[in-house]
Amino acid sequence: MTDPSVTLAASGGQAAAQVRPDAALSLRGLTVSYGEKPAVFSVDAAFPAGEMTAIIGPNGAGKSTLLKAALGVIPRLSGEVSVFGQPIETVRGRIAYVPQRASVDWDFPTTVIDVVMMGLYRQVGLLGRLTGALKARALSCLDRVGMASFADRQIGQLSGGQQQRVFLARALAQDADLYLLDEPFAGVDAATERAIIDVLKSLKSEGKAVVCVHHDLATVRDYFDNVFMINVRRIAEGPVATTFNGETLNATYGGRLAATHIDQLNLVEGA
Amino acid sequence: MTPLIEALLLQAGYNAALVAVGAALLGFAAGAAGTFLFLRKRALVSDAVAHATLPGVGLAFIAMVWLGGDGRNLLGLLTGSAVTAGIGLLAVEWMTRRTRLSEDAAIGAVLSVFFGLGIVILTVIQTMSSGRQAGLESFLLGSTAGMLFQDAIVIAVGGSLAVLATWVMRRPMTLVAFDAEYAAASGVNVPGIDRLMMALVMAVTVIGLKIVGLILIVAMLIIPPVTARFWTERSQSLIWYAGGIGGVSGYLGAAFSASAPDLPTGPIIVLVAALLFLLSLFLAPARGVAAAVFRHRRFQRKVHRRQGLLALARREPIHDELTLRVLRGEGLIRADGVATETGRAQAAKIARDERRWDVAREIHQDTGLAGRYDGLTPIEEVFAPDEIAEFDRRIGGPRAKREGP
Repeated sequence: MTDPSVTLAASGGQAAAQVRPDAALSLRGLTVSYGEKPAVFSVDAAFPAGEMTAIIGPNGAGKSTLLKAALGVIPRLSGEVSVFGQPIETVRGRIAYVPQRASVDWDFPTTVIDVVMMGLYRQVGLLGRLTGALKARALSCLDRVGMASFADRQIGQLSGGQQQRVFLARALAQDADLYLLDEPFAGVDAATERAIIDVLKSLKSEGKAVVCVHHDLATVRDYFDNVFMINVRRIAEGPVATTFNGETLNATYGGRLAATHIDQLNLVEGA
Repeated sequence: MTPLIEALLLQAGYNAALVAVGAALLGFAAGAAGTFLFLRKRALVSDAVAHATLPGVGLAFIAMVWLGGDGRNLLGLLTGSAVTAGIGLLAVEWMTRRTRLSEDAAIGAVLSVFFGLGIVILTVIQTMSSGRQAGLESFLLGSTAGMLFQDAIVIAVGGSLAVLATWVMRRPMTLVAFDAEYAAASGVNVPGIDRLMMALVMAVTVIGLKIVGLILIVAMLIIPPVTARFWTERSQSLIWYAGGIGGVSGYLGAAFSASAPDLPTGPIIVLVAALLFLLSLFLAPARGVAAAVFRHRRFQRKVHRRQGLLALARREPIHDELTLRVLRGEGLIRADGVATETGRAQAAKIARDERRWDVAREIHQDTGLAGRYDGLTPIEEVFAPDEIAEFDRRIGGPRAKREGP
């Protein structure tokens, strides 16, 4: 049996395999396994600056794992990660990560503004003072996601969408150049989804790189410039316009996407 | 009562004063250092670590006697206890990471095995010629009778270092306790911070051996932050609240136990801390049980008030006892159930706001505003006057068609 992923990745012929020097984040041969079973296998990727990339794939395809392993949150079995052409340890300050909401204890004794200030901890160090200017910066980040009036709330009192906005504000406070988001639109209301995408698009226009693990195929075309399709291995990678099609979706999702669903997505392409 | 007041004023003798000050310092250090342990939800690991100090105490005693020294040298005993506590901690970590055992199973195994080993070693020491008067078993529950000035110095120095370390490392520890993945992604050494938290536990356990003993020290680490949690929503202030509660427990507990003969100091301190916990549990303003009951009742009355007024507006009979009581209590209906002037006005307003909300939901379908409809929040708090005027315009006329005949 031939492996369609290999052909597709090869026939895609993108620049990904050779590491692009201008890539904000590039991965080479990244492999992660839980026990003996690889969750991400020998993945090459290059995520460009000034563009938005969606990482898509079925459940258990290793989307979140890919991000976490790139960041060193979970150990890599092998592979290299470079950020703006440098080893990641030397450029941590230029990376902002927005984890999934579920990863956090929402009864934690902290207020909204305190969570945003966490994004400044790295910059101020252990003993540096969180000055009024820094607090003002945190507030302006909250304002950017429409949450300024919630600054003094305990975080447990927020709705799911509001919590997600606060996480985004924390990432904004880091003033990073590379934003990695794990399912930022999962389980949020429509207004929040719009607020988040507006912020991400403005980041992109500032030349930042934005990479999202994304689950909603219907919005890929509207939101993203590039798509990275993964199912343990890299299936395809490239601009949404050329890469996001029935063939690659089938290869990524196997039989799990109904043909009608793919047709609908292709209709959008024709529009 | 006089002995208690004397003890509280540090007038009950040199030893009692020394113990009270030492216990207050220990309580403060334990509360502050235990804060992040509690937030990281690793309280039980500290129990394993505390129990794992026992074999170290015994082995250090044997080693010091063997080398011809005084087996009871405090610094020697504390060093020994720190070594086996560290081994116990590494054993828990190793089992959790490398085997299929979950952390609670690893904790149970380490706690009981190390404690059992410690008891065996203490028994062996009893049979040694110099061991009979060692009094090592006092480390189990603490013993303050023979507390020396140097013991208080050990507590003061060790405790200050633990508090200082907690304060200096508060930011990375907050990050790790709140969101370990984000912490790792921003370059914090998460296993290192976890180890630091345990090192603090070890330090507090070791300096607390003399007063509280190793079995109960976990109470001093955990009860103060849990109690403090009722009073603050910020992790940074939690450190100081917990330290204060621990310090007060230590001081009061020591004074109580000094006020009467044969009251054990460590257990009394723990009971005082538990009393403060119970008081907070019931009386704390936002998170306490009493406040929750009060809030619930107020909410219930609001719901009944609204239902009752809607029923009045629709001229439906009201049968619910509580609804009638609420309406009567506010003078909205008379004793015979007929609406008063105010009652009719309020009922009309509620019925009108209901229709305004209907319109608001249509207009603001996709913004968060419509989600704030709960029937209880006055519409004036959600929408501006001009918006409400627009709703009224759409409803059309002050008298709406759906109002009853």
